[in-house]
Amino acid sequence: MKVFKGDLHIHTCLSPCASLDMSPVAIVEEGLNRGLDLIAICDHNSAQNVGAVIRAGSKRGLHVLPGMEINSVEEVHTLAIFDSERQATAMQEIVYRHLEGMNSPDIFGEQVIVNEFDEVEGFNDKMLIGGTGLKLEEIVTEVHRLGGLSIASHVDRPSYSIISQLGFIPPDLDLDAVEISYRTNSIPEVKELPIIRSSDAHFHSDIGKVYTSFFIETPSVYEIRMALLGECGRRVVN
Amino acid sequence: MKVREIQKEFSLDLAAGEKGLDRDVIGGYCGDLLSDVMANSISGNIWLTIQSHKNILAVALLREISGIILVNGHQPDDETKAKANEEGIPILLSPASAYELAGALYNAGIRKKTE
Repeated sequence: MKVFKGDLHIHTCLSPCASLDMSPVAIVEEGLNRGLDLIAICDHNSAQNVGAVIRAGSKRGLHVLPGMEINSVEEVHTLAIFDSERQATAMQEIVYRHLEGMNSPDIFGEQVIVNEFDEVEGFNDKMLIGGTGLKLEEIVTEVHRLGGLSIASHVDRPSYSIISQLGFIPPDLDLDAVEISYRTNSIPEVKELPIIRSSDAHFHSDIGKVYTSFFIETPSVYEIRMALLGECGRRVVN
Repeated sequence: MKVREIQKEFSLDLAAGEKGLDRDVIGGYCGDLLSDVMANSISGNIWLTIQSHKNILAVALLREISGIILVNGHQPDDETKAKANEEGIPILLSPASAYELAGALYNAGIRKKTE
């Protein structure tokens, strides 16, 4: 087993609020520059660029997990992190069925679909920044059914976090962990759940700003889950 | 004014929590971020929100809120209704927006923020 430095929350140019420079090759190279071993791609309500980043990463030796940052009907952001593009795409189908509206690029920004060579393949026209009609509980259930990790995003933030929207974390919600942002290194309100730190990078310079070190065998959802639970010798190091 | 009188006066549907209809209402609060409502609402308030997650009942209990009005046609789910019935906190329903309904309640004399 070894330590994998993981930044499990990085946006690409598919997210309307992210920089257009957040292309697969650029993200992978910056991740490697920062000494990361593992990243997860989590765009708002879509997984359409995850395959390109996985392929760009495999050519250069960076492990990339496919994910999404899903916005619930309560306007709570949660990360869904999977092993395969197929699982992420299955989750995306559920999200798309519950996502209304069209993007206004002038207001929210462009949503660029790219390939592993950083070439533009098209534009997503859905309102990816919006809330889905999915309840938080439904999202957690579906992510687990598909074999993924469900992690509440940036719970220390005053907007779009489970604590800002719902006052506190519902005790019966089956989350795998909560994420805190670079702005803090603890969250006293959260006592019962594992905590990870990730960058929520929207710009190049954010990548790897904070990360979580996992002592695991391989960079898989199964191994990360064991590390979060502190099982079988796996653990979160920092 | 009691929750029951507000329900009658504004022809609001009762979704749950009937046994709390005789609670007294002193002032009100509007908000959909429960962290904000926890920080700023006060005992006796009527609370206007679009948030229907069951955590609204926990917030209402904590702040001793007299009743909740779900505005803009929002509906509580079964878990939320069950909790409202258990705790006796009325959930009323309104097709109006929070802005419109708050204005009407204000004009009806529900103004005082503190006793």
